[in-house]
Amino acid sequence: MRENKHHVPETVERLLDSTLESVESAEELALSVAQRAGFEDDDLMKIGMAVRESMVNAVVHGNRYSEHKKVRFSVTRNGERYTIRIADEGEGFDFSALPDPLAPENLMRTSGRGIFLIRSFMDEFEMRRREPSGTEVTLVKYVVSK
Amino acid sequence: MSVKLSTRQVGDVSVVDVAGRITLGEGSSALRDLMREMVGKGQKKILLNLGDVSYIDSSGIGELVSGFTTVTNNGGELKLLNLNKRVKDLLQITKLYTVFDVHEDEAGAIRAFA
Repeated sequence: MRENKHHVPETVERLLDSTLESVESAEELALSVAQRAGFEDDDLMKIGMAVRESMVNAVVHGNRYSEHKKVRFSVTRNGERYTIRIADEGEGFDFSALPDPLAPENLMRTSGRGIFLIRSFMDEFEMRRREPSGTEVTLVKYVVSK
Repeated sequence: MSVKLSTRQVGDVSVVDVAGRITLGEGSSALRDLMREMVGKGQKKILLNLGDVSYIDSSGIGELVSGFTTVTNNGGELKLLNLNKRVKDLLQITKLYTVFDVHEDEAGAIRAFA
């Protein structure tokens, strides 16, 4: 039976530099909250990887490692719902132009699988353009997957 | 721990024992550099032993694909050995599991090279 502590809402927020070290620290933070939320090993692996891929997108493709741009990271657990938001300050991109990494012509590409993996590992995934610039992604997973 | 790569020769097959994390940054670039170096030296039969890989991300998967392409474009063969559940699952999700020739025992993998 799940302990009551899993139902105490918790939010952790950080403003992170655009570095690969931030990718590591965001993953660690996300996993520590996910453990307290009651996720088991297999889901923890999926969450860690989804956060890593999202952070890499923000740091590398969004902010392009700029020391002048930050990544806003937050993780919230509220009851069964576990939510991560990651926002960069980059120029954004055309969401509809994402190639399907499973299409035969793309199978041997060396990149382009990150968002596909995030979608595979989380229960909900949303991307939106931020004003005046940047991209925000929201990742949701339920302790008991829907 | 980041990635640790060590190579050994079994007959005419070069075995690369990979341990640790193959992720964006040091891990995936070290693997890429080693693959290119081996191909540059004319090695045609390369077996990647992934048994001690603790973590692989999409960048690491990309490097496996890149290594496969580099080796085969130079007339060689690249095979994978000892995939743990995490790596196997990822290759299946991304439909790459059937692209690679995957083995579970080293002797069988060595014999499978032409």
